[in-house]
Amino acid sequence: MKFTKKDTDKLLRFYSQMVRIRKFEDNANQLYLGAKMPGLTHMYSGQEGVAVGICEALKNTDYITSTHRGHGHCIAKGADYKKMFCELLGKEEGYCRGKGGSMHIADQDNGNLGANAIVGGSTGIATGAALSSKFLGLGSVTVCFFGDGALGQGVLYEVMNMAKLYKLPVIYACENNLYGEYTHFSETTAGNILDRPKAFDIESFEVDGQDVLAVYALSKTLVKRARDGDGPFFIQLNTYRYHGHHVGDIDREYYRSKEEEKHWKENRDPIKILAEYLVSKKWASSKQLTQMELDIKNEAKEAVEYAINAPYPDVSEVDMHVFK
Amino acid sequence: MREITWSTAVNEAIAEEMRNDKTIILMGEDVAEAGTPFKVLLGLVEEFGTDRIIDTPISEPGFVGMAVGAAMTGTRPIVDLMFGDFIFLVMDQLANQAAKQHYMSGGKLNVPMVIRTNMGATRRSAAQHSQSLQAIVAHIPGVKVLMPSTPYEVKGLLKAAIRDDNPVVIFEDKLSYQMKGMVPEEEYIIPLGQANILQAGNDITLVATSSMVQVCEEAAEVLRSKNISAEIIDVRSIVPLDEQTIVDSVKKTSRVIVVDEGHQSYGITSEIVSRISEQAFYYLDAPPTRMGAMDVPIPFSPVLEDLTVPTSKQVVAKAIDLINNNF
Repeated sequence: MKFTKKDTDKLLRFYSQMVRIRKFEDNANQLYLGAKMPGLTHMYSGQEGVAVGICEALKNTDYITSTHRGHGHCIAKGADYKKMFCELLGKEEGYCRGKGGSMHIADQDNGNLGANAIVGGSTGIATGAALSSKFLGLGSVTVCFFGDGALGQGVLYEVMNMAKLYKLPVIYACENNLYGEYTHFSETTAGNILDRPKAFDIESFEVDGQDVLAVYALSKTLVKRARDGDGPFFIQLNTYRYHGHHVGDIDREYYRSKEEEKHWKENRDPIKILAEYLVSKKWASSKQLTQMELDIKNEAKEAVEYAINAPYPDVSEVDMHVFK
Repeated sequence: MREITWSTAVNEAIAEEMRNDKTIILMGEDVAEAGTPFKVLLGLVEEFGTDRIIDTPISEPGFVGMAVGAAMTGTRPIVDLMFGDFIFLVMDQLANQAAKQHYMSGGKLNVPMVIRTNMGATRRSAAQHSQSLQAIVAHIPGVKVLMPSTPYEVKGLLKAAIRDDNPVVIFEDKLSYQMKGMVPEEEYIIPLGQANILQAGNDITLVATSSMVQVCEEAAEVLRSKNISAEIIDVRSIVPLDEQTIVDSVKKTSRVIVVDEGHQSYGITSEIVSRISEQAFYYLDAPPTRMGAMDVPIPFSPVLEDLTVPTSKQVVAKAIDLINNNF
């Protein structure tokens, strides 16, 4: 896919969406470190190119399923800062009225069927949403986000088998950020990742997850093909998480070096890569991008303040929503 | 009214609901042309086609997970889980995913899914095809659990389950598939959460689930010949539970035996007995008593297997003990 000056607005939106994720995570991390957030959370920082590149290729009516590291997917699919921060803090105005928290944000108005705290736990849901789409003739495509860690879960292979048998409009997006918790994926993954979907005759692709334009270009093609009945597909997106497995995973040199982290942050950062591209093409100025970043930073700050001051759910809600 | 088998009642319930609601699909292993190993679903694929009656691979977690996702997006799946023992295979999808979606999302998502499965020993099927696991499912908030005892009940409860907007697991005794019973020709449903007083009595209450209802009916017959009047309550719905009907009956009779085919420890019987103790304590003239399956894996050998499940003879003996203050 060739991008031209005419695509500037679109590319600036990619930039803005990636920055929105990064700023959200910076604030979430601070909320944790400042002991203002109950529990803990898993940062998506570093992987923004994946969520944005894919979700920008989707319609609002398309579905995604997400993971414990899910804030990026939520934002990329259109979620609102205030409702997200409220959910992180267990407040009534959160996406799930404070009942889900960081690992269970669902935003069905934007097609987000929810983050999932079981690794691989949403693979069945995503494939089922694709079954609905085909059976009910909805015309929607579902993207199932999961990490390299989920490659160890058997249910993934069960549903990929059925997705292929039933020709479902689902795209399995495997974000290989190199580590499942505190273990390098090579220690837990025999053979080549792409050989696994290929065993089901699922067309499979590998893409640089730090290059949002490459991710978008591939996704755009596959989403269209899936919508036309050519699915399912599998994408391996090579990426990196800047933080630990969760916000509390600070001393992590025993499983990965500071040099490695530095290399990715300095040379492989998806936001920097896009910024440099835009500036080198003269489609945007550094000043313009800095201003965008500042505006988003302020918006995030305001949303955090809002969430901190927002009310908790009434105690009477504790046994609401067990059954519909 | 006409007399039909349990299998026919199930088949009719599904066919009627599928005719009325085009969003219903049915999925599971060998549900289409084979009509399941028990032949309960024969004929459905001819009427509804393979888009709606979906044969799956032998991948229980996978197809239950897909049913959850389908249910969250406008489809109303009925899942056929060939044996109740396979509940253990699908626990993540059922307990972590289906049961919690509505709550975790603050009421935004919901999972209108029915899992049809079975229970019951004495079919010489040994330890992995004979379990009665209703208590394990009933322990999970967010899932409804049904245990019909007759063709009439399975039809009415299954139809209600299909119309329910929550995950519902219906356990059928696999020995009941050929049971015959009177079923109206006109449409009816049995609302969830309503126990049935099958037979009124004054001396003791027998609370029973599924095929233990027939065990209690046999026991009541013998007790009647000894001038003991037993009231039988067919629980029908474990979650939600019609606590009031049970408690009111025990207040009247002052003695109770609760019979279910699940293992006795930490089971359905324990739960119901607890509620009776909490709410009718001062009305009791004898300890509220449990009778469940022995706490052993179900053995294969018939002479051993038959020892594990409550019998009418045991119910009679226990009832007489309670009435004679022999406890």
